[in-house]
Amino acid sequence: MTVQELTGALSLTVYHLEAPDRPVTSGYAGDLLSWVLGRAERDCAWLTIMSNQNVAAVALMAEAACVVLTEGVAPDGELLRRAAEKGVNLLGTELDTFTAAHRLAGMLSP
Amino acid sequence: METIRLVYPVEGGDLIEAGEASSKMKLTLKKLGLPQDVIRRASICMYEGEINMVIHADGGQAEVEVDADQIVIRMEDTGPGIPDVEQAMQEGFSTAGQTARELGFGAGMGLPNMKRYSDEMTIDTEVGKGTTVTVKINIA
Repeated sequence: MTVQELTGALSLTVYHLEAPDRPVTSGYAGDLLSWVLGRAERDCAWLTIMSNQNVAAVALMAEAACVVLTEGVAPDGELLRRAAEKGVNLLGTELDTFTAAHRLAGMLSP
Repeated sequence: METIRLVYPVEGGDLIEAGEASSKMKLTLKKLGLPQDVIRRASICMYEGEINMVIHADGGQAEVEVDADQIVIRMEDTGPGIPDVEQAMQEGFSTAGQTARELGFGAGMGLPNMKRYSDEMTIDTEVGKGTTVTVKINIA
């Protein structure tokens, strides 16, 4: 599955989509940034309600395929700017984190 | 391959600019054509070190040396030092303040992550003088 396919399947809001063909091979849900760095896998879809500028750098270091802001959280202006600057795929959904993770898990292992 | 040496100043103060040194290093390592996994591990170590320097030491400096066999990242600050290194290495232990925590930092996973992703890590610290954390990441 690609980020583009995930975006379509979950009707995600697109804040910045620079690499739509990037593969998504796993998921991680969490808001504490060092937990994400320690546990998330490369090419994961990272579900979080954290919406500050540091999210872009963490996604870049962890090599997440995309960030999905859940619960209807919108990125702050600085995060939007940094996602564009660093080429981080930044998406959003009104779904709560649990439901988004459940749907993602279903798509990863149908 | 001759040794390449890179130096990155890390600004103290707020956490807004944090991650810039790591981002720049990551780009350079990519240009050098190093294996993807090596770049990822080095970048996460550097980022955690950078965040630590901003939160605890009002900045510092990172020196990165790359040769054919390994990446050595030496992160040096003149901050307060670490009174109990063993305690600081425990997952979940943190002395980060409220502001850092509100931004998602201060989970007490920074040093443990650096240990997790490096092949060798040393902490040289003296209370009142500063801390130098060195991580080595083997290439291939």
